[in-house]
Amino acid sequence: MMIKARINQLEVEVPEGTSILAAARQVQVKIPTLCKHRDLLPTAACGICIVRNRGGNKLLRACCTPLEAGMEISTHDREIVDVRRSTLELILSNHPQACLTCGRNGECELQALAADFNIPMESIKRYVKDTPPDRSTGSIVLDFQKCIKCGRCIQVCQEMQDVWALSFLDRGINTRMAPAGDITLAESPCVKCGQCSAHCPTGAIVENDETPAVWEALHDPAKVCVVQIAPSVRVTVGEAFGLPPGTNLTRKLYAGLRRLGFHAVFDTNFSADVTIVEEASEFIERFVHKRGPLPLITSCCPAWTDFMEKNHWDFIDNFSTAKSPQQMLGVLAKTYYAEKAGIDPAKLFMVSIMPCTAKKYELSRTDEMYASGFKDVDVALTTRELARMLKQSGIDFLHLPDGEADSILGDYSGAGTIFGATGGVMEAAVRTAYFYATGKKLDKVELEAVRGLEGVKEGTVNVAGAPIRIAVAHGLANVEEVLERVRTARKAGQETPYHFIEVMACPGGCIGGGGQPYGVDNERRKLRIAGLYQDDRDRQVRCSHENPEVTRVYKEFLGKPLGPKAHQLLHTRYTARPVYQK
Amino acid sequence: MSPLTCADLQALSTRALAEPADWIRVQLDTGGVAAGAEKVFGELTRLCPAGPGIVLRRVGSTGYSFADPVIEVQAAGMPRVHYGRFSPELVSRLLNEHFQAHRLLDDHCIATRSRGVALTAPVTHLLVRDTGREVGGKTEFFQFAFAEELKRRGLAEKVQVVRALDLGVYDEGVAVQLLPSAVTYANVLASDVARIVAESIEGGRVLDDLLWQAPDRQVRIVLRNCGIIDPDDVEDYLQRAHGYQALRRVLTELSPEQVIAELKTSGLRGRGGAGFPTWMKWQLTRAQPADQRYVVCNGDEGDPGAFMDRSVLESDPHTVLEGMMIAAYAMGATRGYFYIRAEYPKAVERIERALVQARERGLLGTNILGTGFAFEAKVRLGAGAFVCGEETALIASIEGKRGSPTPRPPYPSVRGLWGKPTAINNVETLAAVPAIILRGGTWFAGYGTDTSKGTKVFAVTGKVANAQLVEVPMGTTLRDIVFEVCGGVLDGKEIKAVQTGGPSGGVIPREHLDTPVSYETLQKLGSIMGSGGMLVMDQSDSMVDVAKFYLRFCVDESCGKCAPCRIGGYQLLQILDRLSRGRGTEHDLGTINRICQAMQKASLCGLGQTAPNPVLSTLRFFGEEYRAYIEGGPSYARKMSRTGTAAAPAAPAPAAAPTVAAKETAP
Repeated sequence: MMIKARINQLEVEVPEGTSILAAARQVQVKIPTLCKHRDLLPTAACGICIVRNRGGNKLLRACCTPLEAGMEISTHDREIVDVRRSTLELILSNHPQACLTCGRNGECELQALAADFNIPMESIKRYVKDTPPDRSTGSIVLDFQKCIKCGRCIQVCQEMQDVWALSFLDRGINTRMAPAGDITLAESPCVKCGQCSAHCPTGAIVENDETPAVWEALHDPAKVCVVQIAPSVRVTVGEAFGLPPGTNLTRKLYAGLRRLGFHAVFDTNFSADVTIVEEASEFIERFVHKRGPLPLITSCCPAWTDFMEKNHWDFIDNFSTAKSPQQMLGVLAKTYYAEKAGIDPAKLFMVSIMPCTAKKYELSRTDEMYASGFKDVDVALTTRELARMLKQSGIDFLHLPDGEADSILGDYSGAGTIFGATGGVMEAAVRTAYFYATGKKLDKVELEAVRGLEGVKEGTVNVAGAPIRIAVAHGLANVEEVLERVRTARKAGQETPYHFIEVMACPGGCIGGGGQPYGVDNERRKLRIAGLYQDDRDRQVRCSHENPEVTRVYKEFLGKPLGPKAHQLLHTRYTARPVYQK
Repeated sequence: MSPLTCADLQALSTRALAEPADWIRVQLDTGGVAAGAEKVFGELTRLCPAGPGIVLRRVGSTGYSFADPVIEVQAAGMPRVHYGRFSPELVSRLLNEHFQAHRLLDDHCIATRSRGVALTAPVTHLLVRDTGREVGGKTEFFQFAFAEELKRRGLAEKVQVVRALDLGVYDEGVAVQLLPSAVTYANVLASDVARIVAESIEGGRVLDDLLWQAPDRQVRIVLRNCGIIDPDDVEDYLQRAHGYQALRRVLTELSPEQVIAELKTSGLRGRGGAGFPTWMKWQLTRAQPADQRYVVCNGDEGDPGAFMDRSVLESDPHTVLEGMMIAAYAMGATRGYFYIRAEYPKAVERIERALVQARERGLLGTNILGTGFAFEAKVRLGAGAFVCGEETALIASIEGKRGSPTPRPPYPSVRGLWGKPTAINNVETLAAVPAIILRGGTWFAGYGTDTSKGTKVFAVTGKVANAQLVEVPMGTTLRDIVFEVCGGVLDGKEIKAVQTGGPSGGVIPREHLDTPVSYETLQKLGSIMGSGGMLVMDQSDSMVDVAKFYLRFCVDESCGKCAPCRIGGYQLLQILDRLSRGRGTEHDLGTINRICQAMQKASLCGLGQTAPNPVLSTLRFFGEEYRAYIEGGPSYARKMSRTGTAAAPAAPAPAAAPTVAAKETAP
């Protein structure tokens, strides 16, 4: 039902239940807030979004108060602005004055609001408790001093991701965001997905900045630096340079990275194709030849594998043993490429540009990540870190002439590029599995059932008369539902409800990753995804197994999919690591 | 134990109870126990003759906290009396003198508050006490004078003159009470002694010029059974306190709508502080379609100095349970929770026992009293967070989550505990319900003012002569409560102010002591009714310290969720702290006002919204004390911290009235 009300004398009509904050946006009234995020329910923590109804004495929080019919809201009267200013001043009095050296400098919501209000002098004495940051994970840094206790990260961690690594401890002025029980983040159930950092309004949670290590390697004449770009990075990196989400900058990235000093530029999309060849073969093994348990569950998301090892280890045997594209490209670069290019693999320094903070953790996840005899990928940078490097380097990134990837590990199919979107791995795998099972090409490669931002997507694909039941979940909180269905069927001795499950830890998949440029919400996710699907449509080759470079690497180096060499280099194992021992 | 039926209850309601001739009730509430009541009880058990002798009973508290441990004694042929400041050493004297020799013990009697107007029976005992400023000064002299006069007239054997501990008459010279008729004389002069003995004791005539007729200010509705029944025995409640008769009436005679209508007539408003009409809360919860509704009893009393809820839970748990069940019936709830702070172990224990006993007697479970009504209740402990008294935080706490408030709407009556419609009522509110049902809403509404009806329990503490629990009709003035009921300021000092409403309230200076107490009047003065804590302060109390004390409490108890309260409270306290060390500036006063405004306007819950009230109200009425610190500097501050005396007495300072948001508890 639609209701009518007035905001700053402007007539507004919205569906019942719409918050005052959202309704105001419709009439171009911006009510400032520090805690409300469009992805999340209001926490009502900051006290900045206060408004007044019809000259009432009491102020309402616009973020969590639904607009009611006939309300006459004013958002910026004298007292409201005064109170807002005082509250902001209070928040600043509890925040270190370290903007210039902060990871969020220039991109901080608190900084922006403080600038808008132009708070000239401080009449309230600063009080910031001296707490050292938590750098224990190597992926995410918790800088407690900068936390404004908005509660976004905690809502993200507990409700969106169901991880429960972060919670509020203590109370009053000592309230802090931290892992419960005063343990380090590394000891907590944290899966390093980094969604907390993507939603944090300030610099309290940031990715572990590893650009110094990359700069050092680039300037080290003894090292040959090579780089790979993850599927989703191409459609998001432009946001850091002011372009709309979804703008495909693949070729600019190739050129930019070469200018940064990388000897070779590879594309993770290529190894995504390799992953599909391995994973689809694995699926055929299990589905057609009945060797191995079903459902097969994708494993290219490191936050998801970490989550599974900690919480759902009863599914270890269902996990695809195929490594993630990042690791596959790493190992192929340090073996196949090194051999072909005649470079000592010991000198190779592999950097990956990832949408993700968990990818930093994946680099040393198990011994198999050193399959080449060296650390297969030396450093994983997030999109945000790359953007900073490009800006530091003096490269006019947006105006670069288009570049090319190295041809040996650089060509990719449309299936490889959609890895970056939720449902993309499943769609890519189905395209190839269908071919493997039937020997025929799909008439229509697009698999609409697994597209979109629905938390859990299901579908059935007919392969030679045998229906493959598939499910796609993104956002870790949506995993439980899917796994529980499988468990229930298992317990009841029934046939599995799904044959193939794709899981991505972050909502929207990698395009919504924890290392992507700030400001993610569903609008942006949709645009980023659209960019990837466009890239897919633009490719001549739409299926992984048809990628000529993939065929070549198998022919020249790997042998057969799932063969001994492929197994040695491209596969991994999982171990149960329950966080809370009973 | 067989389940009770309606017929059983009906029979109980008309049966006269045969009381034993000799009994002693020991008030074993937390206050009593802390003062040694368990030891008294132990000694009594040891020395009381076994068999059909004196019946010993454990009861809750009548509220005479100043005199703990308190016992009440009934001996055949003796007036019933309370003994205060009792000790185990007195037990053998009690048995010998009171029960054998029929003589009252000196210095421990608390006289009855009901005042006789006619000498209906021969006088056996005469209580005497000097109630003047030098309390107790002339008591012994008058005891001697009366005794001599009685001796002279040959009455010494018939009438005992006893020094009383408290006569319920204050600042009225020497007062005497003639027992058993309880005729009380005040402002007795030495010249009156002979007259009293001759006219009243011998002649049986009341001396009208001395007669103290001021009625007892207290009206005990909520506290009606406190200190009278055994809180650990459902039978006592059933047989001696019309226990569960209100429930029977509700289940057999009234529809839920009628119950709500009765509550509406009574005008009962939430006693937790905000004063939301109880009937409306029930109505709103009832109106919400749901498969399950909950009723929660809020026993998370946390104001410093407040102990109303604790006393009621400890002294009369079944009344609260009965009130809860009536509420449940009225709103269609089938489950209830008692949310009681863990610091109240005795209250928890007694509620737990009450639940077990109620279950045994079929008063909980399915098909209660054979009417088909089903109800179950559980106890949940609060872990000592003041903010958990706020409805939404309380719900989160019961659900096992961090006790932080959440935005309203949705109100608990729409989406409360476990997402279901929930009504949260304070202990005192629920305890008033059975009485309203039994005696009618009109009767209840007969007490109090137009907008605030009925009675209210206050815990009067601080610099007051008799710190105690009082229940007075709404509209009673603060002066009456402090001076008439509680005996005025301790050590006869000058009163400076009364703090009401705990950390959410404010101070009311002595110029406003004649304010009748009601939700609205207190709010107008920048304070609130709150749950009923009342702290009396004398001229030696620094108002800056008082503000700091309450603010520190809120700063410690802030859940930390929202910025204005979390940081504002802390920073405000820092400024006050600096100011009270003589390091404050005029500029600080502006900052204090700004922070207070931000906290009041932008905090999410009542705690943060009202936390600045003690600061604002002391600034409003005692602003010169703040300025004295600023002008006097560190040397003044040092002097103050040594002597603890305030500057010049407060002059009425009608500063701009700060607006006060009450600790809101709309459903």
